[in-house]
Amino acid sequence: MRNFKSVAFIVSTAALLAACSSPTKLNETPVVEKSPEPAAPVADTRDIRPVETGSVDPLNDPQGVLANRSVYFDYDSFVVRADGQPVVQNHSGFLTKNTSRKVLIQGNTDERGGTEYNLALGQKRAEAVRRSMASLGVSEGQIEAVSLGEEKPKATGSNEESWAENRRADIVYQ
Amino acid sequence: MKKLHFLLFSVSLAMGSAANAQLQIEIAGVGSNQIPVAIAAFADESVAPDKVSAVIRADLERSGVFKVIDAGQVISDRDAGSINLAAFKASGADALVVGSVAKQPDGRFAIRYKLMDTVKGGEISQMGGEVQPRYTRLQAHRIADDVYEKLTGVRGIFSTRIAYVKADAGAKRYVLAVSDADGENEVIATQGKEPIISPSWSPDGSKVAYVSMEDRKPVVYLQDLMTGRRNVISNQKGNNSAPSWSPDGSTLAVALSKDGNTEIYSVNSGGTGHRRLTNNAAIDTEPQFSADGKTIYFTSDRSGGPQIYKMSAAGGNATRVTFNGSYNISPRVSSDGKTLAWISQRGGAFSLYAMDLASGQELRLADGATEPSFSPNGKYIMYATKGGGRTSLAVVSVDGRVKQRLTTKAGNIREPSWGPFMK
Repeated sequence: MRNFKSVAFIVSTAALLAACSSPTKLNETPVVEKSPEPAAPVADTRDIRPVETGSVDPLNDPQGVLANRSVYFDYDSFVVRADGQPVVQNHSGFLTKNTSRKVLIQGNTDERGGTEYNLALGQKRAEAVRRSMASLGVSEGQIEAVSLGEEKPKATGSNEESWAENRRADIVYQ
Repeated sequence: MKKLHFLLFSVSLAMGSAANAQLQIEIAGVGSNQIPVAIAAFADESVAPDKVSAVIRADLERSGVFKVIDAGQVISDRDAGSINLAAFKASGADALVVGSVAKQPDGRFAIRYKLMDTVKGGEISQMGGEVQPRYTRLQAHRIADDVYEKLTGVRGIFSTRIAYVKADAGAKRYVLAVSDADGENEVIATQGKEPIISPSWSPDGSKVAYVSMEDRKPVVYLQDLMTGRRNVISNQKGNNSAPSWSPDGSTLAVALSKDGNTEIYSVNSGGTGHRRLTNNAAIDTEPQFSADGKTIYFTSDRSGGPQIYKMSAAGGNATRVTFNGSYNISPRVSSDGKTLAWISQRGGAFSLYAMDLASGQELRLADGATEPSFSPNGKYIMYATKGGGRTSLAVVSVDGRVKQRLTTKAGNIREPSWGPFMK
């Protein structure tokens, strides 16, 4: 834990130093990203935390159907394909049963095209998933459709395989 | 305290030289149209951190408008009365730049210059100023602006600044940086782990609006450059992006998807008073105010593919502006109202186009171009271009004749926004 704190201190100091560039009239207080969260308290090794069987959060099960959170799209298309329907159905089912859970649907595009126009195209993909989920009963307050455009590609190649991977909407739990 | 300052200063120096943009200039086909200007070394100019005459020379050469002749000697403005101007005329120069630098007791530098007329004799212009050492380059740029304006009739842009994004997706590091128009004096304004796009200078040059994805969705921020304070201008449900300032600085136009699809809204610079300007099922985005603030140009795919449209700044009926090609985006209007620049995809490639708004004539200016930004005098366009696996910035003159390339040693630079005229 102490090591973590020292590293955090060094890292944030380095970030501060890096932020302070040439001394011009610009920006006496450079904007630095939020500092890391404080470390969790150290657990007593003799603590026992009781568990009830059957209460595993299905969202955390890497083998469960909810682990799959991506819906893929064809080029220039904003229609949820047949292979995306199970993802939509599974998460819609979970959200209608757990009405306090909220999701962000992040739409993405491949790298081809303009930045802002692709942001809007990615949003169309997110919106298509949102509409499908809403038609399956998920309430509007539980979903927000947004887009990252081409800015956060999962695959970095410039070929059809990478592009297909990036034409994607992700369901992100808040 | 002294030690800390020194460490910071030398760190920033090292960063400065590592980050220094290097300028490559290609000037094609200007030849006999260039104005020949001779530049003398300024008296005592080596006392200042930068050689003033060298900065002036680089600015004037970079513009592509001048043929710069080295006077080959030091000439002080104090000796202006005794210069053999006829000899300079005979050597081919129409004008001569002379000057001096003097260190004041308070540590500032008095930088003076005169622009001499070799044809008619006498003085065209002069300027004097006292600046802190760190503003030596700025004062030299102001002199270059004065030479440019006196000889062309158009205001110069050498003392302006540019903002741009440096993106390193692999390292998850995104930086919004500001530098002089020639790439020098780069300073980090904002940095973070998530993408920053669409920077846009306020008309008075004191603030930059931009889109940040630090909240896992696009949100429009407004940052005061001097204080570093930033406010959220728009974080409505869905996307918030594409900020563009009205010329009076009171309003921004933005693209919001809060209604389920992307529409154009206006909002006060304080972040209140959202007002909807477009209303149809298509994508409407990339709003840009005209110089008189009465018109907004924007990108819309209401006809099937993205095209440039315009409408009143109050919203309402839109008129289509581009008709060639099936993919036209990123409209930008020059501050003199004469030229529309945009990106057109033709035959698979993205190119920068300019349209003379009076005649409708189109001119292809550069290939492999995206994200254009006009200089504040309307004569140059900066854009992002890919080459050698990296994105960098380039500049082209509105008539297509002068091309410049701004490169750095590493990383991707994109999303340029050319800052306004400032005092």
